[in-house]
Amino acid sequence: MTAARLRRSLLYVPGNMPSMLQNIPVFRADSIIIDLEDAVPVTEKDAARRLVRRFLDRHPQRDKEILVRINALDTAWGHDDLREVLPALPDGIRLPKADSPEIVERLDTLLTEHEEGLGIPVGRFCVLPSIESAAGVIASIDIARASSRLIGLAFGAEDYTASMEIERSKTGEELLNARARIVWAAKAAGIQAIDTIYADVADMEGFRRETELVKALGYTGKSLVNPRQIEIVHEVFAPKEEEVAWALQVVDAIQRARAMGTGVIALRGKMVDAPVVKRALRTLRTAHAQGLLDTAPDEEAILG
Amino acid sequence: MARNSLGRELPDAWNGRPVLPYAGPFARRPTGDRASSPLRRVDPGDEKLLRDLQEAVEASGLRDGGTISTHHHLRNGDDLLNHVVRVLDLVGLKDITIASSSIHPVHAELADAIRSGVVSRIECGVNGLVGELVTKGELRCPITVRSHGGRARSLLTGEVPVDVAFIAAPCCDVYGNMNGLHGPSAFGSLGYAFTDAQVARTVVAVTDNLVPYPATPVSIPQHLVDFVVPVQRLGDPGKIVSTTTRVTTDPVGLQIARYAAQVIEASGLLVDGFSFQTGSGGISLAVAENVRNLMRRGKVQGSFGCGGITGAFVDMLEEGLFRSLFDVQCFDLRAVESIRKNAAHLEMSADLYANPFNAGPVVNRLDCVILGATEVDVNFNVNANTESNGLLLHNTGGHSDTAAGAKLAIIVAPSMRGRLPIVRDEVTTITTPGETVDVIVTERGIAVNERHPELAAELRRRKAPVKDVRELQREITAVTGTPRAIRRTDEVVALIEYRDGTIIDAVRRVES
Repeated sequence: MTAARLRRSLLYVPGNMPSMLQNIPVFRADSIIIDLEDAVPVTEKDAARRLVRRFLDRHPQRDKEILVRINALDTAWGHDDLREVLPALPDGIRLPKADSPEIVERLDTLLTEHEEGLGIPVGRFCVLPSIESAAGVIASIDIARASSRLIGLAFGAEDYTASMEIERSKTGEELLNARARIVWAAKAAGIQAIDTIYADVADMEGFRRETELVKALGYTGKSLVNPRQIEIVHEVFAPKEEEVAWALQVVDAIQRARAMGTGVIALRGKMVDAPVVKRALRTLRTAHAQGLLDTAPDEEAILG
Repeated sequence: MARNSLGRELPDAWNGRPVLPYAGPFARRPTGDRASSPLRRVDPGDEKLLRDLQEAVEASGLRDGGTISTHHHLRNGDDLLNHVVRVLDLVGLKDITIASSSIHPVHAELADAIRSGVVSRIECGVNGLVGELVTKGELRCPITVRSHGGRARSLLTGEVPVDVAFIAAPCCDVYGNMNGLHGPSAFGSLGYAFTDAQVARTVVAVTDNLVPYPATPVSIPQHLVDFVVPVQRLGDPGKIVSTTTRVTTDPVGLQIARYAAQVIEASGLLVDGFSFQTGSGGISLAVAENVRNLMRRGKVQGSFGCGGITGAFVDMLEEGLFRSLFDVQCFDLRAVESIRKNAAHLEMSADLYANPFNAGPVVNRLDCVILGATEVDVNFNVNANTESNGLLLHNTGGHSDTAAGAKLAIIVAPSMRGRLPIVRDEVTTITTPGETVDVIVTERGIAVNERHPELAAELRRRKAPVKDVRELQREITAVTGTPRAIRRTDEVVALIEYRDGTIIDAVRRVES
């Protein structure tokens, strides 16, 4: 599990619905977030937790990343969620209401204890914290550096707008400042930025516009509430043909440069150095995941 | 007991005729000439218009043991077959064979006519109650299930001689010229009825819309029609929609449709001149929608769309994505409206559509067909007739015809239904042989028949989830488990005839 892994589409699947859990292998999202929190009514918390455990136990061979959204650690269920699901080895935990670095640190400590108890390497479980309040947005810069387990920062706009006492709109002007701060915090810490859900599953055009907006802001992926949204996210995040062609030239040029004993080279009048190569690599990884390239880029050879 | 080339055990004889075991999709060659109908003479001044169906039955000379036919363009909205059978009962006829193009749930009252001995044999596929009761052993009536092309063949070879054809005519004049385009029961194409009009000993046009002579345009002309009978109502064309006219919103269905479109794209067939058939139903319509987008993007102009025609196909015709439509049956009222006004929307007989024993049916020119299934098996055999409980609930339609004709026959089906796996070791009943099926698409992966290694390689290159059919089966049964086999007796209650008249499978009575 590297922070560089593609996470364009993170699909929520309710943890209390067997019919939807069994379709997890079917949908081609980059990551799945099995939800034990908001999707599960209070009366079904225990049952859902066991169901998810059973499901994960029966699916040891997974073709995509699986995160579990636990209940917040200050609820009656958060700790039980960890105890039940971690032995089934999900890839990580999506932590709701991560409004301070302390909350993330606390989860980090708990995960370490579980890892030691399970006899697996410390750091095996990754964490994706959700920023869901005004306090969280302000603290996001520290949150992003609170644990080495973090793969990204996720924005949760539904709770955020509630905390701001504002309405969420289709165009999202009211979210712009929060989105900007969270993406800064994530990029500065070298982790990914995952945008919030778009709840109106019937409005594919609005969903596409929002995805285009957050991609332009620098977000690397989006949380999803319906499998029908996956394809659109992948389309929006797909690199254009000329971007792929350029990236291939960059990669080729830097390897030639290295053969000549230098780390910088000019390509069609533009300087190619480490940041340019990194961006080109990201383009090629995405292109490969979209089926636009037959072979995955050989990252070690390219980065030297 | 004989065994056919797919290993299915068959009775030696059926309805007094020897059973020819299936030996391959193109194994049988026909001999002899087409069947004909009696010469007749209608003189100037002779009237064809009769008072009612009873008068028509009497005038036709139908006797005990005879055979009648109707056609199913009104599908589950059809009133005519029930009406005819009530008249047969009224006039005291017994032991009648029904050789319609299909029977639907609306014809459940046939069960009473079978119990009372009015009807004793069914020479066509059945949808719904009659098939269920027969497979449960609650009704005794041998059924021979035929594809659309196979039915046309069976009439034209004379294997099934029709004494009286009752043709529902939504627009008809007193001399028997008719079309399906106008009137309160307009259902569009008269496709299946053309063959009946050619070979039946007596042809009766039944109409709820008698128009002044001549009815135009003429689909079935006066010189084939003996009598014309007015009735109050032929049926309810609002019920010709068999499943749904909306593209599915179910993510599983959409995933299947996306994979199916990927297969078509990877096949290399999607170029100018592309020809295509897909049915109604949410997944088929979603495939059509995807194909439409691919054609737009690739600026492809197709040659023809085919089969039962839906509004989705009409939209593609009107957009210029196809140059023409061959329509054997309108699947919704949008298609009815189109065939009425668009000269490129062609009415097609079942003979022209799919009969294997003529000088070349339209299915031979199909590039790609999308078909459904109740089950498939690891040999790519497809069941579209019985459900996994063994009950005969569905007619074949054009399933085996189009699979045999098309270059690329794609089966789309969810990997499980209820809690049952769709990919089995052996299907309960073989409708369509695996030799004619190219790809099975489920939401859990795409299985490509090993006859097409290049297609499988191309799909893999495009990152499509190609899986060996047994691997796909294992993945599904890992979720569902393997269901217990259904308990069936040895008693054969129906035969599944392949399009060439050989027998591909036998349906046995299930144990109660």
